[in-house]
Amino acid sequence: MNHANTTTTIDLEVYRYRPELETEPTFDTFTVPLRSDWVILDALNYIKDEIDGTLSYRWSCQMGVCGSCGMMANGEPILTCASFLKNYAPGPIRVEPLANFPVARDLIISMDDFMEKLNRIKPWIIVEEEKPLEEGEYLQTPEQLDEYKQFSMCINCMLCYSACPIYGMEPSFIGPAALALAQRYNLDSRDHGNQQRLDILSTDDGIWQCTFVGECSEVCPENVDPAGAIQQYKVASTNDWWKSKLMPWGNKK
Amino acid sequence: MSYGRYKKNHPWLYHKKPPLLWWVKKWAYVRFILRELTSLGVAFYVVVLLTYVNAVSQGPEAFAVFSDWLKSPLSLGLHGIAFIFVLFHSITWFNLAPKAMVVHLGKKRIPGRIILIMNYSMWFVVTAGFFWLLTTV
Ligand code: SF4
Ligand code: FES
Repeated sequence: MNHANTTTTIDLEVYRYRPELETEPTFDTFTVPLRSDWVILDALNYIKDEIDGTLSYRWSCQMGVCGSCGMMANGEPILTCASFLKNYAPGPIRVEPLANFPVARDLIISMDDFMEKLNRIKPWIIVEEEKPLEEGEYLQTPEQLDEYKQFSMCINCMLCYSACPIYGMEPSFIGPAALALAQRYNLDSRDHGNQQRLDILSTDDGIWQCTFVGECSEVCPENVDPAGAIQQYKVASTNDWWKSKLMPWGNKK
Repeated sequence: MSYGRYKKNHPWLYHKKPPLLWWVKKWAYVRFILRELTSLGVAFYVVVLLTYVNAVSQGPEAFAVFSDWLKSPLSLGLHGIAFIFVLFHSITWFNLAPKAMVVHLGKKRIPGRIILIMNYSMWFVVTAGFFWLLTTV
């Protein structure tokens, strides 16, 4: 490795948790070259290769697509592959696993809870009756696509869960990304699963837990705006409720 | 001989609940807590209004007692605080409105800024209406 253009260094205070060694997490400080083209993930890879090979963390694409490298940097949930070291100079940078999740080892959290919730909201297109194949595709206009496109950009990075104090205090809360994705399918013109999802989303763990802190939308790297999705869903389901009371014959799905 | 999967160094998850003062570290969280807290101002006005209606229904004497209390320094102080609370509460909620409201005009979605302006103008008109009612009638 060539560090010819390295003039200074920056310190990373990295959260360590090795369950076979310690019952409480600790912090290790590592000094890494401060290169202008390095992101925090580069620094972690440098530490793993050059200083301490036991450091554990998740990553894959290195380009903000896979959603696996989310961590806390100085208390903010970020994608480490998209956060440049130089923006934190002179440091130190405190790197911790995503907040509000159980930690399995070092910077790795357990995402079981999120995966279960994601599945619960039925994130797929539900059709009432499959069309016969000869009738062709389920077509959609650009306007119909625009209705939900923003909510479909989610990369499941879980930064929004780390920013959400409600999820921190009430881990049973379905949470921002899963609710935004429910809305993504609800707003899809090809989908008929609204009622099925409403039964899940209107429970105690659903949309009404949200008190609109709004930080999920602030930290989202894909501008999904889960907070907006949830509030819009609240308005829509309230309207539907009134409609069903005032016009029971409407029987809208 | 014991059965089951190999467990040594199997994940021992470390999980801690956020501390009671989790919100002090970030302005966005403080603002949220304030917004929730300032709803007490709204509650205060509701109680005052209900007491007012009650006093009116009890006759002139009860009403006099109530209006005397309204003029007391304690009441004035509380009103001052409640007013600031309600103002903060309303403005923070108003600013959030465009996120919750998706309004379409034909095929186009009305931009958030317009929704904000519409909400604030409505607020202004209603307030002006009440002001007129109170000063002229
Ligand atoms: S909504 Fe945004 S922050 Fe949340 S998981 Fe999806 S991409 Fe990540
Ligand atoms: S490594 Fe894939 S999003 Fe960062």
